[in-house]
Amino acid sequence: MNMRRFLAASCVGFSLIAAPALVLAVDDPMEMLPNPKDEARAEAIGSQLRCLVCQNESIEDSSAGLARDLRRVVREHVAKGENNQQIMDWMVNRYGNFIRLKPAFSFSTLLLWSMPVLALLLGLVSAFIFYRRRAAAPPAPPPLTEEEKARLDQLTKDKDNAP
Amino acid sequence: MSNSETPPNASRRRLLMALPLAGAGVVGVAFWKMLSGMEHGSFNPHDINAPVLNRPVPDFTLPDQPPMQGFNTQDLRNLTQPVLVNFFASWCIPCLAEMPTLMTLKDKLTMWGIAYKDRPENAENFLKHSGNPFSRLGSDHEGRVGIEWGISGVPETFLIGPGGVIRWHTAAPLTDDILSQTLLPLVEKLKAP
Repeated sequence: MNMRRFLAASCVGFSLIAAPALVLAVDDPMEMLPNPKDEARAEAIGSQLRCLVCQNESIEDSSAGLARDLRRVVREHVAKGENNQQIMDWMVNRYGNFIRLKPAFSFSTLLLWSMPVLALLLGLVSAFIFYRRRAAAPPAPPPLTEEEKARLDQLTKDKDNAP
Repeated sequence: MSNSETPPNASRRRLLMALPLAGAGVVGVAFWKMLSGMEHGSFNPHDINAPVLNRPVPDFTLPDQPPMQGFNTQDLRNLTQPVLVNFFASWCIPCLAEMPTLMTLKDKLTMWGIAYKDRPENAENFLKHSGNPFSRLGSDHEGRVGIEWGISGVPETFLIGPGGVIRWHTAAPLTDDILSQTLLPLVEKLKAP
């Protein structure tokens, strides 16, 4: 392929990949924090917080009024120098664990978090049982009795003597 | 291995075939319980405001929303009688729909209103048209006090018990059924210590 054409194609490709990231950003540049490091941290926290209006979107993705307000609250707390845990706790204190897009590890979410490991173990155990059963040799037949031996001899002899 | 169906094998196969049926039965019963709970109001999968229950009201101060005087945390903590706190807005259709219900409550229960993300003049006009069941009114123009209370929209209603503790909450418009079955019995309980 022509090198220039390849470069043009990859530019288009990259912009397609980058497009959703641009949509993710806050809708008004005025909302953003001046320090890019702080802004990145605010976006990371916001992407873990559920918008309570459109419940399957994070507040960074949503354009609902409440999401915008919560984004501003997150940025204020980041600017104050609070750590991620403090900001998360502030939100959970007001909106409950439901606001976390990623459920916290606790007694009530133990089964949820251990499910991948449990499912893997269950699969391994059933696979182990299945293969062991299939590999097990069928039980050896009981040894021939004297009568049967005699009959077998007779039959093979007959066959040898056949024309 | 032989293909002959020996009796123990057959009963085991029957058991294995019954398993999915039993599983579907259990799931069915679970769904039925959830759906009937949603119908009776004992189970609400959208309820996101459980954390505020039985907690003291959050810290806030609200400026006056004409024609009434604003209020703050301390006003609610000083309460000796239950008060209903209702978040509303002039731009909110369900709020308009629940106003007649609130008006029927006016003589039975003290109600304080919070105009959420609303221009004071719009909220004042709204109350002129729909009637004003509130004895105090605060203006939460920025919506920041709403976040302190953990609301996700309007209307939302909180029942505040004596001492400023949140005793009940709903994120849906109030209906006559909710009043007679849930809210008023609770108010009676809180009034008679």
